[in-house]
Amino acid sequence: MTNLLLLQALNGLQFGILLFLVAAGLTLIFGIMDLINLAHGVLYMVGAYLTATFTSLTGDFFIGLALALPAALLFGIVLERLIFSQLYDRDHLEQVLATFGLILILNEGVKMIWGAAPLSVPIPDILSGSVPLIGPMRFPVFRIVIIAAGLVTALGLWFLVARTRIGMLLRAGATNAPMVSALGVDVKRLFMLVFGLGAMLAGFAGAMVAPILSVEPGMGNNILILTFVVIVIGGVGSIRGAFVAAILVGVVDTVGRTFGPIILRSLMDPSAASQTGRTLAPMLIYILMAAVLFARPSGLFPKAGAS
Amino acid sequence: MSETTLTSAADAASPARPRLAGRGALIGGIVLLALFAVLPPAATAMGDPFLVVTATRIVIFAIAALSLDLVLGYGAMVSFGHAAFLGFGAYAVVILAAAGIDDLLLQSLAAIAGSALFALVTGAISLRTKGVYFIMITLAFGQMAYFFFVSLSAFGGDDGRTLQHRSTLFGAPLIENDVTFYYIALAVLAAAFVLLRTVVASRFGRVLRGTRDNRVRMQAIGFAPFGYQLTAYVIAGALCGLAGVLLANQTEFVSPAFMTWQRSGELIVMVVLGGMGTLTGAIAGAVGFLVLEEVLSGLTEHWHIVFGAIIVLLVLYTRGGIAGLFSRLFGGRA
Repeated sequence: MTNLLLLQALNGLQFGILLFLVAAGLTLIFGIMDLINLAHGVLYMVGAYLTATFTSLTGDFFIGLALALPAALLFGIVLERLIFSQLYDRDHLEQVLATFGLILILNEGVKMIWGAAPLSVPIPDILSGSVPLIGPMRFPVFRIVIIAAGLVTALGLWFLVARTRIGMLLRAGATNAPMVSALGVDVKRLFMLVFGLGAMLAGFAGAMVAPILSVEPGMGNNILILTFVVIVIGGVGSIRGAFVAAILVGVVDTVGRTFGPIILRSLMDPSAASQTGRTLAPMLIYILMAAVLFARPSGLFPKAGAS
Repeated sequence: MSETTLTSAADAASPARPRLAGRGALIGGIVLLALFAVLPPAATAMGDPFLVVTATRIVIFAIAALSLDLVLGYGAMVSFGHAAFLGFGAYAVVILAAAGIDDLLLQSLAAIAGSALFALVTGAISLRTKGVYFIMITLAFGQMAYFFFVSLSAFGGDDGRTLQHRSTLFGAPLIENDVTFYYIALAVLAAAFVLLRTVVASRFGRVLRGTRDNRVRMQAIGFAPFGYQLTAYVIAGALCGLAGVLLANQTEFVSPAFMTWQRSGELIVMVVLGGMGTLTGAIAGAVGFLVLEEVLSGLTEHWHIVFGAIIVLLVLYTRGGIAGLFSRLFGGRA
């Protein structure tokens, strides 16, 4: 039981880390440019496809990853220049619409280029083993690598935001973009940078899951909604909030699916418990979100001075 | 004229949106409904009776879009979970049918009650938040409802369930006939149009519009917007639930796919591209959306890409949707 809990907690942590990678970019883009980007999940998908392609071209996952990341960055910047830069001064509803249209285009585009059948990326040999947990349970090395890579990225992001000049501009931009512009900072370039960074992070998340999930059109749609849940729970615009909320959502979702029915079984008869558990488990994070927003309408870490 | 103030900053920067309103919208609405009314004989005359089936679908989505317009266009609440109510309505049909209740009126009553209750609870929570949080929390509630029905294995779960037969009306299989069913759906649409126009023009509607235009000012003159917005949300939810009942009968099949967030997005596209806050625009938007979908999917397998591009271009280069485009093209009097 404890072993299972530990295993599921680790799985939840790994899932949470992935959510964080996608959510970090989304929350930055929203916090700084005041832009709702529904197409952010698509960037995650594109990252996975680029990795799959470059990996099969070069025959090596790491080279594939190294090529996919700048490609994802470039893709993000091109999108920003073509479409998103025109949406910054529009209202949220128009942003929702335009990015919704973009999802249709990119999902279908991916289907046209790579086909509708899922692609698979082999786990690189060095990372394919598993390490023993307590007792008979083992945990795959690759998932540990995902957790580690995510934590390193989170740390790097924290350093970038909290300790560098660019980070200072980002924080200032999140608080008051017109003022930053008035002080002589090229806000356009700053926005482009933020968007590219967000695209690359989402692409990185896509790249890391490529070996453990199937790479298919529409894979960004589900994670997009979860990412929204994450940034709303964390407080829109807050990277720290996104981190805490991503881990929370990842763990609650994963552990809830396994332990929800088990806990319910001690309260009611087994068949009702398993049905209720199956019904409740996928709803759990949305209930969590509703509860958080009910108590704190601006999330756990609301932006200071936000209206 | 400038009635849309979702975010005042964005609106101040943009010119006033042209739109059909008032009498123009009423005439437009009546013309649309009249065209719908003569469609079945016209379809028979053209030798294409299948047109009626497509038109029924359009009429049903027009009801759903109409209900969303009350929330979106008049209440300034960007609800991204509206398709959930379609699902509630549709599942009311299969669940009651499984319990042996086939009557369309009873099923509609249950759908309306269920949707209204869901709208009341989720609306009360969602309306504690504003702006982007509102968008996302309604999205989350929509997903919650979606997953609830996905896990409902007694009714097919993810795969959905096929209806044995359409609902009965007054104990007789009246709506098995496609044309009769079409006219019933159209009657619901016309009634909904009249009802919502009355609601919008009433004192209640004025408070709702006032809140949309300037919430702070409404509060300053002594109104509490919460109750008005919540009421609008509940009315819209109930109406969309009714559309769900019709949709289940039209497709004779029910599945959680009725209530995906993409479907909610499509409803928003219909309302906004048709011109929100006009009611007529919502109907026009549903017509435009579904006709375009029909035409494009006939042309190419990859019609999504064209469709997406059209949406993006319309948002980037037109303001105020199809209605706005019309008013500008014809130098529209608002």
